Amino acid sequence: MSFISLLWVLLLGSLLGLELIGKVPPTLHTPLMSGANAISGITMLAALTLIVKAEGNIPLLIIGSVSLGFALFNVVGGFFVTDRMLAMFSRKPSNKK
Amino acid sequence: MNLPVIIKFVIDLLAVLLLALGIKGLSKVKSARDANRLAAFAMSLSVVGLLSYYLGTSGIAIQSWIWIIIGSIIGSLFGAILAKKVPMTSMPETVALFNGCGGMSSLLVALGVAIFPISNSVENLDFFKSLINEVSISVSIFVGAITFTGSIVAMAKLQGWLSTPGWTQSKVRHFVNIVFAVASLIAFFDLINGNTSSIWLLVIVSSLLGIGVTLPIGGADMPVVISLLNSYSGIAAAAAGFVVDSQLLIVAGAMVGAAGLILTQVMCKGMNRSLVSVLFGGSLSAQSTASSGSGEYTNITSCSVEECALTLEAANKVIIVPGYGLAVAQAQHTLREVTKKLEQNGIEVVYAIHPVAGRMPGHMNVLLAEADVPYEQLKEMDVVNPDFPATDVVLVLGANDVVNPQAKNDSSSPLYGMPVLDVQEARTVFVIKRGMSAGYSGIKNDLFDLPNTSMVFGDAKKVLNDLIGELKDLGVGEK
Repeated sequence: MSFISLLWVLLLGSLLGLELIGKVPPTLHTPLMSGANAISGITMLAALTLIVKAEGNIPLLIIGSVSLGFALFNVVGGFFVTDRMLAMFSRKPSNKK
Repeated sequence: MNLPVIIKFVIDLLAVLLLALGIKGLSKVKSARDANRLAAFAMSLSVVGLLSYYLGTSGIAIQSWIWIIIGSIIGSLFGAILAKKVPMTSMPETVALFNGCGGMSSLLVALGVAIFPISNSVENLDFFKSLINEVSISVSIFVGAITFTGSIVAMAKLQGWLSTPGWTQSKVRHFVNIVFAVASLIAFFDLINGNTSSIWLLVIVSSLLGIGVTLPIGGADMPVVISLLNSYSGIAAAAAGFVVDSQLLIVAGAMVGAAGLILTQVMCKGMNRSLVSVLFGGSLSAQSTASSGSGEYTNITSCSVEECALTLEAANKVIIVPGYGLAVAQAQHTLREVTKKLEQNGIEVVYAIHPVAGRMPGHMNVLLAEADVPYEQLKEMDVVNPDFPATDVVLVLGANDVVNPQAKNDSSSPLYGMPVLDVQEARTVFVIKRGMSAGYSGIKNDLFDLPNTSMVFGDAKKVLNDLIGELKDLGVGEK
């Protein structure tokens, strides 16, 4: 992958992000922030790459593993907490009856 | 292209698509929960894609598996436990903590690659490629460190573990931060020049910069900062994507970075603050007590819970204005009991939600939803404002600046121009508040002086509990 095409990827990804959440009701700002935050834990892929390519280098394996732990803490916690918040919204209609 | 490459390509593409759909779906109430699960699924898919790619090409050593499993289990376990246990009122600091850890992860990856260059990627690099490598490592470390320390400071401040030190409100802080910024720039160029040891300088000064920038910011502006740091963690992820050459990481990181920026902008607008003044203006309350003398209240009417209950009983339409004080007192459930009683008596109850009510946009909706308030009763500011003149009673619970008429009437007020709820238009306004202290802005609230406003002093939860008792005595809601 050449650097230039990676820059294109970066540019298009940013534009996509700007476009995606143009109109959000204020109700959803906190869950959205929390959900987006969970997605930013995608660095777990980088951590995985590091571990796989470490080739028995113990310090590197440890750094990768710690990094993976931090990332997954972010991802798993983020998605769960977002789900908890959103579960409260979706419960409403059934309760009204 | 061989098979594993193609498979990974297809999976990555699918993951990006699903992530985008997930973010999109999160912006609508109906689809939000499914969208969140979709995004979670996309993330798992991306892991499967990556692992199957390495299994199909270089293979994954047993040793690597062990470390993968250790890291995953510990991280996921702590994340899941915290997510289940944390009370809804401390959502902002929880997001800050998660966010900081994401930044830390990007930092560690870059650090690992910098100290132990990954085999078969560094030896045969031309000059240009290795330059890019150094730059992306530096950016990843710089942004990752700021995200981490900034988020941790934000969390500590929201939790009340850390107060705003006096010196950070003086001009000294700008000087200190500039020194940190210049030092990180020096470390950055030194690193690119091939001096690997300056990486530690970069880690240290960018960490300090994260602390130095976040520490002076007052509690009121913290949500904006968390949102901004959330955006940073996306940028850090994208930078890490350059380090390990992963398009998926770059796309996802950039999406989160951009989305975070938009959200930050929205929050600033709701609070009538510019991003620049949030970041460099210091704590708002410290400023305004010094400059725009807060003025004295001349016409405060205080009343008892009993009077409040009597007025409520006679009302046809009641609007509740919940604010930060309600969140702090964790009184959302008690409030729900009060409104249930009123509804049983045939009184129309709605909740007026200011865009920045609570501690984060949307935070109040989450809290009220937790207390089983029907979604239809939550009205946004623009929808509810025309209703105030036809309203008998407004209950203001721990909200202050968002109901200050100064924002509309007094062009010299620092609040002027901020969108507010026109509660003073209602027949009677009850303000439930602990004392006469000012809100975030530190500005006198003209509402309290108006003849149709009565203050009920006390902790929101206690007052609401007393109110339930009084309403019971009046026979409200017991048909």
